[in-house]
Amino acid sequence: MSTVARATGPSRGYWTGFVIVVAALAAAPFVLPEFWQRFATEILIWGLFAMSSDILIGYTGMVSFGHSAFFGLGMYGAAAALLAVRPPNLWLAMLVGLVAAAIVAAFVAFFSTRLRDIYFSITTLVFSQIFYVIIFTWTDVTGGENGLTFRQPPLGIPGLFTIPFTRNGLHWFVLGVVVVSYLVLRRITQSPFGMVLQSIRENEPRTRAIGYHVERYKIVSVMLSGLFAGLSGVLYAIQNKFAAPDFVLFLISGEAVIFNVMGGIGTLVGPVAGAAFFLLMKEVFSRVFYEYYLIPVGVIFTLMVIFVPQGLLGAWRRQLNR
Amino acid sequence: MIPFDQILVQIVNGLVNGMILALVASGLTLIFGIMDIVNFAHGDLFMLGAYLGTTSFLVTGNFWVSLLTAVLSMAVLGLVFQAAALRPLLGRDPLTTILATFGISLVIQNYALWQYGPVPRRLPEPVTGHFQLFYVEYPWYRLVIALMSAAIIGGLYLFMKYGKHGIWIRATTQDRVMAEAMGIPVPWVHTVVFAIGAAMAAAAGVLFGPTVGINHAMGFDFTLRAFVVVVVGGMGNLGGSILASIFISLLESLATIWVSPAQAVIVSFVALILTLLVRPTGIFAPTPK
Repeated sequence: MSTVARATGPSRGYWTGFVIVVAALAAAPFVLPEFWQRFATEILIWGLFAMSSDILIGYTGMVSFGHSAFFGLGMYGAAAALLAVRPPNLWLAMLVGLVAAAIVAAFVAFFSTRLRDIYFSITTLVFSQIFYVIIFTWTDVTGGENGLTFRQPPLGIPGLFTIPFTRNGLHWFVLGVVVVSYLVLRRITQSPFGMVLQSIRENEPRTRAIGYHVERYKIVSVMLSGLFAGLSGVLYAIQNKFAAPDFVLFLISGEAVIFNVMGGIGTLVGPVAGAAFFLLMKEVFSRVFYEYYLIPVGVIFTLMVIFVPQGLLGAWRRQLNR
Repeated sequence: MIPFDQILVQIVNGLVNGMILALVASGLTLIFGIMDIVNFAHGDLFMLGAYLGTTSFLVTGNFWVSLLTAVLSMAVLGLVFQAAALRPLLGRDPLTTILATFGISLVIQNYALWQYGPVPRRLPEPVTGHFQLFYVEYPWYRLVIALMSAAIIGGLYLFMKYGKHGIWIRATTQDRVMAEAMGIPVPWVHTVVFAIGAAMAAAAGVLFGPTVGINHAMGFDFTLRAFVVVVVGGMGNLGGSILASIFISLLESLATIWVSPAQAVIVSFVALILTLLVRPTGIFAPTPK
């Protein structure tokens, strides 16, 4: 199916839709009230997080239940850079966050990719719990339960300009990072490398028989996914000016899976839509059910798993992968 | 060096915790073995069982009656969950069932938080005496827990070996299609297995309740530990899970001599990862032919 799609190239309709959505997101700060502006930025960050785990769930066919480890390490890496270096530097924070996430991802990938299916899920879950326990109990370095707080770094290019982030500035910065990440991930999934990942999902023994080194591809896939999850962690840290152990807890990994299933796996944009859908539901239901919003959300999620396994955007999966 | 009696006390602790864990994990492995379902909500069934025990205790005032009511009501709830959420997923990818049970887990956890509040509930010990174990006053009740768990697991073993449903369950685990051809009502067997698993989790929850404050988040710990046990013991292998429960709990208990209980969990995680790398079929399982 995909080879045909590659031959014909992306359709005009797809790019029109893409431009409209990005333009709408860019214009969002002008029309939305203050609360929803922040909300839109948050959707983008969680959307990037969801997209990163789609590489594993949707394209390579491995469900990671430990994505919070990468998110959290990105967060704590950024925090470390922002606290250690004066004045705080945005690019350094991103670099350190990404390196931290990449190291953890390499470590997790090395062990977990030897396993398949639920064993992979359980191993990633256990690894994220290990990092959670380390971060939670190593109070001297990580601040333990209280986490770390820091000041927001300004946006700047050394020697050229430095401006502090405004609410809109942050939104556009996040939008820029997310759009670039999306285009990069899209390009990767359509490259020969991405095709191999999808063939692992469809038929692993055959992929191996053709001569691909499946384990190596899986390791790279986990690392790639972890890297972008780390990037979303960095963005979240910059937006909220703190790093907390709660974000390494397995519930965050669970949310990544929920985003994917709700939005539609294997589409990259589906998980972003899933994140938006989830956060909106959370917002609406917390006004009715307060902190128990996960009761209706959990029910809806379970019903979707049973009745709409392809997710909200799953029906357009082919068009979105052109 | 570490005093010898400290090690012995931790070994007793490990054995007691291991029996509780075995009760939870054997339900999980039974469910996995027969339905290929990784029940993410298993720890939450354990937690809900403990809460049902407290509710029943408020009404009846008797611990053993509460244990019985909690077990029976969780068995009924298990029937309902299986029929409503898991039966439609039969034959789909096992990963789908992880997702569905994860959703159920969220619902149960937050329902418990809503119904019982964030303050931990206490369940009084039915046996209050202590005896001298080296340097500590060791509660008799902890030994009662271990014995009760052993009795329940023994009962399960006899049921599986001689009971009509037990034989059906073993047949279905071996070969689902053949069992169906022989006239065994396979969908009903699935539902019963889930109910048995839920009931055992509830029994473990009520028995474990008096030793800790019951709170809505305690289920996840047990889910995770039960996963570790089930993998170390070999997926779907009942005897292996029981041995692995004791093994893992002993490891954790001994680790608490050096590190805090929160960090001791890492020891069992490392055991899991080593098992998966060295012998993915499980340490306590026979080598597959």
